[in-house]
Amino acid sequence: MATEAEGTGLEFHPMNQFIVKPLFGDGPVQWYTPTNVTLWMGIILLCVVGLFVFGTRGRAIVPNRVQSIAELGYGMVHKMVEDVTGKDGLKYFPYIMCLFLFIAFANMLGLLPKAFTVTSHIAVTGVLALAVFISVTVIGFVKNGTHFLGLFWVTSAPLALRPILAIIEVISYFVRPVSHSIRLAGNLMAGHAVIKVFAGFAAIALVSPLSIAAVVAMYGLEVLVAFIQAYVFTILTCVYLKDALHPGH
Amino acid sequence: MFSLLQEAATTAVEHSEEVAEHGAEAAGQAVDAAAHGAEAASGAGMPQLDFSTFPNQIFWLVVTMLVLYWVLSRVALPRIAAVLSDRQGAITGDLMAAEEFKQKAKDAEAAYDAALAEARSEAQKIVAANRAEIQKQLDAAIADADAEIAARTVESEKRIGEIRASALADSQSVARDVTAELVRVFGGNADQGQIDGAVDSRLKGVQQ
Repeated sequence: MATEAEGTGLEFHPMNQFIVKPLFGDGPVQWYTPTNVTLWMGIILLCVVGLFVFGTRGRAIVPNRVQSIAELGYGMVHKMVEDVTGKDGLKYFPYIMCLFLFIAFANMLGLLPKAFTVTSHIAVTGVLALAVFISVTVIGFVKNGTHFLGLFWVTSAPLALRPILAIIEVISYFVRPVSHSIRLAGNLMAGHAVIKVFAGFAAIALVSPLSIAAVVAMYGLEVLVAFIQAYVFTILTCVYLKDALHPGH
Repeated sequence: MFSLLQEAATTAVEHSEEVAEHGAEAAGQAVDAAAHGAEAASGAGMPQLDFSTFPNQIFWLVVTMLVLYWVLSRVALPRIAAVLSDRQGAITGDLMAAEEFKQKAKDAEAAYDAALAEARSEAQKIVAANRAEIQKQLDAAIADADAEIAARTVESEKRIGEIRASALADSQSVARDVTAELVRVFGGNADQGQIDGAVDSRLKGVQQ
């Protein structure tokens, strides 16, 4: 992807920002190697802890600014879980909150210049989506037993159509983790790559104002996308959880 | 956005084919990628598909998520939940207290109204009593005055009667004297008793 146009001096390396590299030295990336993934996940962790632990340490009845933001985030996800899955889904609220905060902070921090966006990697989003998929399926079978299979058997449809619908439902069920993870990683990766491409054009003096304007516009859009994708990932998790807790249409 | 990803993926696939076709170029790419510290052999330009980094990313993701989950579920979320429920409790308590105060204010207002009404009726009672008292005094004064007036009237009438009687007597004696003098002047010698009788009979006609 490192397309180089030697003649004009333009260099495009839009994908280099996604390269996983060790923090120390140039050795191979082992599973335990501290890499830029480690660094940025650590930063995400620090930010979440800063906002949600240090920000709320006052435990004030009348909150200060930081505590208000933490409460706002808490309230938003809590309401989402309650609205979508119902009261019995609140048991899983910490996990969903965890997902939301991780993705939201990863997306937002990834927008900083020179940052590494961990959620732009399919390995990360894939694991998150698979974890949701597996836990939701397990919850579905544990809570409802074989009744959970009723999710695939659309009783409101005519009997003749039900087997066909069942096949479609099963396929769509197993496609969930794929779409769930690729939606997130794809959005992030594409947005960041596009910004990089526009930034590359800034080397030409004539088009640089246009290029910078485009970068600014894309950046604004990416801020929106960063939040929306975190929100979408979270609300889809809630929807899947609702299917597991209350199968049937 | 998604179509861009597909495009990128397609490009990556095409690129890998290209790499296979042109060995020299592929070597160049590999060197380029290695310079950036990535083992781009299997990724072929798209770091997301470089499977050699997957264990690393997944390991650190799992570590991060475990720590994050621990921090959130043990510290942050219970704390925020406690703060929110405290606040809810405080608000409910305040509202109840406000309701109580409102009720108290209403009670106080009712008590005030009752006291006011009582005071008013009391005042009216006092006014009525005073008025009756004054009326009584007034009546007594009027009766006294009437009695006084009646007494004085009687006295005055008596005096008027006396004056009238004395005036009559005076006029009678004057008439008798004048008559006797007249009779004497005209040369008559009348008996005093006759003159008196004539004058009296005449005066009776006048007095009538």
